[in-house]
Order: sequence, then C-alpha cells, then structure tokens
Amino acid sequence: MSKPRVATASLAGCFGCHMSILDIDDRILQLIELVEFDKSPIDDYKGFTQRCAIGLIEGGCCNAENVHVLQDFRKNCDILIALGECAICGGIPAMRNTIPLRECLAEAYLDGPTVHNPSRRIPDDPEIPRLLNRVYPCHEVVKMDYYLQGCPPPADAIWAALTALLTNRPIQLPYELLKYD
Amino acid sequence: MSESFTLTIDGVEVTAQPGQSILQAADAAGVYIPRLCAHPELEAFGACRVCTVKVNGRPQAACTTPATKGMIVENDTPELNEHRRSLIEMLFVEGNHFCMFCERSGNCELQALAYRLGIDAPRHDYQYPARTLDGSHPEVFIDRNRCILCGRCVRASRDVDGKHVFDFVGRGKGKRIWIDAESRLADTPLEGEDKAVEVCPVGAILRKGAAYAAPIGRRLYDHDPIGADIEAKRVGAPAAKGGKS
Repeated sequence: MSKPRVATASLAGCFGCHMSILDIDDRILQLIELVEFDKSPIDDYKGFTQRCAIGLIEGGCCNAENVHVLQDFRKNCDILIALGECAICGGIPAMRNTIPLRECLAEAYLDGPTVHNPSRRIPDDPEIPRLLNRVYPCHEVVKMDYYLQGCPPPADAIWAALTALLTNRPIQLPYELLKYD
Repeated sequence: MSESFTLTIDGVEVTAQPGQSILQAADAAGVYIPRLCAHPELEAFGACRVCTVKVNGRPQAACTTPATKGMIVENDTPELNEHRRSLIEMLFVEGNHFCMFCERSGNCELQALAYRLGIDAPRHDYQYPARTLDGSHPEVFIDRNRCILCGRCVRASRDVDGKHVFDFVGRGKGKRIWIDAESRLADTPLEGEDKAVEVCPVGAILRKGAAYAAPIGRRLYDHDPIGADIEAKRVGAPAAKGGKS
C-alpha cells in the first residue's frame, strides 16, 4: 500500500508554524517513513500530484489567492487541519480587521510617516492578489476538520496530532500542549 | 455563632459556614468551580455566569447563591461544562483576544479556563469589534480589546481603593468599561498599586513596564490548570499534576 500523502500551505502566516513542523527534529525521519509529502513548501511542489490524506494550513485568508489555495486544499485533501492562531482566528494579520481596508492601504502607501510614493498610487498590478476586505479564519472559508492551537503550535502537538490521525486514533493533547501562544 | 452545616457538591459532602456562598464553601473544601468575575477579595457580582451550577436541579450562579443546609449541587458535569465552554468561546469571539502578543498570556484567567475546558477553537464567528486603548497614564494602560466586562476593576476601585475610577457605560454590544475623567486614564486618580489594576483577570488593565516577566514554561498556568491550587486543598487530594519549575 502506498503511503498516505500530506500537503502543507502557508497562507497569511509567517512560516512560524512550518518552522514548528521542522521542530519535530529527528522525528521527521520517522515521519517520512509514515507519509509522503505532496504540495508543500517543504519539498517545493507547486501543485497537487495526487489526492492527499492530510492538509496542514498555516495562516488565514487575507487575499484572493489565499482563498483559492485553501479551496484547492479542501478539494484535494481528506482532512484539513488549521495549524496555529492565524489559521484559527486570523492572528496578527487580523489586527487590521477593525480598520477599513481603504484606511489600511492609505496608511501603508499614501499617508504613513515614512512613505515615499510620488505617484500617489496604491499598488494595483493585476499580478498582485487582491486583498480581501478583512482577514478570514480558515473555517469561515471552507470546512476545517481539526484545530491545533498555538503561535506556533508546539512541535510535540503537531507530532501527536499527525501520528494520531495516521494510526486512526483520536487526537488527545495533554494539558501542556494546548496553548494559544 | 451559628453552626456549620453540610451540603453536597457532585455527591461529595462539603461543610459550609453560615454566610458563605456556594463558591466560597466549595473553595474552602477544595472543590473548584470555574469562575471569571468572582474574586476572593471582592463582593460577588454574578456577571459572567461561568460559575453556574445546578442547585437542586435549578441553574444558579455559585458566587451569588448562599450555601444552605442539605443543598444538592451539581458542578463538574458534562452539561454544565458545555455551557461554560460556550460562555468562554463567546467571550473570545466578542473581543479581540490576540494571545500571541498579549502580556497576560500564560497568566490570563480567560485563557486558562479555555485550556482547562479544552477549547481548541471557538464555534462562533469572530466579531473583530473596534475598541479603544488608553495609554495616557504613566503607570497603567487599559486595552478594551481584551476586556470581558467582568466588573472586577469596577468593584475593586469602588470598594477597596475607594476611588470609583471605573464603571460600565452603554448597553448590550456597546457596553464597555469607562473612567471617571473626560477622556484620559491619566486624568483619573488611578495609581499603579491600586487593587483595580491587580484584579483584572485578562490583559485589559495592566501595569506598564512589567510585561513578560516570567518566561514561557514558568507562567501561572503553563503546567497546572487554573483551579489546581484550590483542588490541592481537598482532603486526600493527589499532588497537582505537572512539574512546577
């Protein structure tokens, strides 16, 4: 039987959660015995090659591309895990959610004290993904199956969750592995 | 002096003194009832309803209900804990609780209750309300993004500090903590050592210059859940779980 495939993505995140995946240290050797990585920054696959058992999503959705990637993951993965605070509640990027988008862009590109922008133009190249009106947690865009809290989630929590799912056991984190920071 | 009497909490007989609330009697007996707005040094308020227990089958706030002889109290039941989980989740989505950079993280009672109740994600949509922060005071700031309207600062300032710096204004969704000055915290008689500052269960009212004093791993709720100190008082209780470092 072929190994189950795991895909990962960083949406509006800082890659800290991916660092935490790598922080499982030498258990990553056990992990590659158990699974094959598909679309992921870890192996730099840009698209899905096959259907995946598990998708790990870091970050929420702040632009149209994030939404597209997340929907692609939902289509191609059996189980989606919201990895970390940003995927679960929007996190640091969601601090802009209390400020209208127009004001955010004006502060960043027109009125901020250190802005030098003689053209007075807010970047609008069609290649740049359009920003959403606010940052959306993943579960407000597609159905998410599991949530791993933390900023980033502890490597031990990621390891416990992955091995539980891969061996058909329920995810049960001890008290010290459920942390919101 | 009137005599002590007994009631049962989750089938265990507990001795109470006249004048004690259910919460106080439970605390003294080493039974933890989750709570947010109640504080041992402040008058009971009954705002958060997290301490709701069933008394002879009826839901009651344990902090405001006097203990009486022969009461049958249910506390640690799946149904009540589910209600508590809902309350905590609603508090999380109603404010802007960014634990990852909050100075109170690890020592926060709201967060600790979420840990104890095992909340992995709120089931409601986040509201992202626009709230204000006042950093005008030299020793203290108030960040209303993190306020859960427990009213501890209101009671502490009025009853302990004798100043009445804080009080509620507005209703419903617009309710918030306001101050006894036109607009700036700096114009109030508040001082850094006031009880009103000390009792905030979350990171809404904090003393400046004291952030991140304890590293991760040595904060209040890193290893032992909130309430472990109360449960350790129970006769014959096993030692608190997890290593204290």
